Parts: sequence; structure tokens; C-alpha cells
Amino acid sequence: MDASLITPFVTSIQNVFSTMLQLPVTVNTPKVKSNPEPSHDVSGIIGMSGDVTGSVVLSFPLETAQRVVALFCGEQMDPRSADFSDAIGELVNMVSGGAKAQFPDNKKVSISCPSVVLGENHVVATQTDTPCVLIPCTTDCGDLTIEIAIREREVAGNATNSQQATA
Amino acid sequence: MRIMLIDDSKTMRNIQKSVLSQLGYTQVEEACDGQDALSKVGAYQPELLLVDWNMPNMDGLTFVKTFRQQNKSVPIIMVTTEAEKSRVIDAIKAGVNNYVVKPFTPDLLSQRISETLAKCQAAA
Repeated sequence: MDASLITPFVTSIQNVFSTMLQLPVTVNTPKVKSNPEPSHDVSGIIGMSGDVTGSVVLSFPLETAQRVVALFCGEQMDPRSADFSDAIGELVNMVSGGAKAQFPDNKKVSISCPSVVLGENHVVATQTDTPCVLIPCTTDCGDLTIEIAIREREVAGNATNSQQATA
Repeated sequence: MRIMLIDDSKTMRNIQKSVLSQLGYTQVEEACDGQDALSKVGAYQPELLLVDWNMPNMDGLTFVKTFRQQNKSVPIIMVTTEAEKSRVIDAIKAGVNNYVVKPFTPDLLSQRISETLAKCQAAA
């Protein structure tokens, strides 16, 4: 996967967490996620479409998510409440929105409304032809990960060349 | 001053409401998407609108275009994660008066609200 599509997520999560939560994020070494490896307990998921397609997941262990949401909202939230999911969804929304604005070549990309999944050992499935890059992050609230499974959409010319090469 | 917050995230509406409260604005109506907002603007008659872009049912840009067909003067601030220049231009063409990219600090939002209201009052 093109690193120019990955590094924007590093700067974006640091910007979002420092601005909205006053919480510094240390980014550790990224790795390719081996499917179907489970995510953490709480995952905020957003889809990308347009010049770049795929999904972005911000995943937290439950305790980390509770601490982060409390910082974001100014109060403790019940993880089963709609407000808790709303806060997680808004975080992945800001991280993804901030990242896509830094994609090279003025790519036109739209993001979906976020979804949130809660539960131990859940797996967020991605397209089989798109590798998923997992970026482990460390904060004072605990560890979390960004899982990025995106790819540039093939333009018509490239798609034709690719088909010819395969044929 | 009557202010309408249009954002599908209750968390973001609460954060913005808190900033507005610090500025002394406590008369706030909330809407969870563009469609909800359109159904409320007639009765509420807002004097300032803060509008998110990505929302279900009707997005913020469609709302602004529709609202501007009936009202050209009420100031609108787009508050969104959409940070690309092309998006800002689209929003300004649709009729927004100012633009705030999420994430924002309370100070930045306060500043944009104050400058937007000052400009609109000067132009009136």
C-alpha cells in the first residue's frame, strides 16, 4: 500500500487527540494485519469512496475507550449508551476527514457516516484484495489501533492495462 | 440571539453548545440533519446557523443550498471534518459565510462565530 495514504492518518490522529482531548498520541511501528485478526473491544468504522476506497477502523480496548470518551465528552458514559457510540464515531470521523485532506494529488474522497461495533473479539472484515495496515498507538488513556484498508481506485487506462497484462 | 446547531453527532452539538454558552449564547435549537433543520427553521427563525457537512438523510451542503433559496441573509458557519480546499470553495459557493474544520479548539470556534457575526452586522 502507498505510504502516502498511510502517513496522513498518523498526523491526523495526533492532531485530533491533541486538539479535542489534549491527549498526546505516540505512534508505534505499523504492520500488515493478518486477517481475520480480531480488533479491540470497541471499533469506530468509516468507509471511504471516490479516488480512494476502503475502510478505516479506530479500535480501543473497552477501558481505553471509556477513558477517551470521558475526556471527549467531559463525563463518564455507559458503553451501551448511544452517546458513547456517538463519541467514538465522531473521533473516527475527524481522524478520517483530517487524513483524506492530506492525501496527495488533490484526491476526491468522500467518507461515510461512522458505524460503531462493541464486543470482545469482533472482527472487522475488509476486502480480500486490499491489505490492512495496523498502526498501534499509545496514549496515557491506554493503547489503541488504527486499521487502514484502503486503495486508490484504478483509473480506466490503468484498469485496461492491468487486464491486458493478466490476459 | 437564536442559534441553530445542525450536526448528527450529539457529542459535537454538546461541545459547540458549551462554546456558545461561554460566549453568552444560550438560546440554541438543535437539529440532527439537514432535513430535521429544514423542518425547524421556519418556526425557530434562527439568527445564526452552525452546520455540519456529512450527515444522514440530508447533508449540510444540500441543506445550505436549499436554505439559501429562501433566506440569503442569516449567517451560516460550516463546522466539518471536510478540510480540502475544493470542499471549502463548494461550501462558500453554496452560501456559507465562514468555515471551521474539525477538530477545533473552543477559542477558534469562538473567534469564527464572533467574526462572522461582526461581518454580517457591518454589512447589514
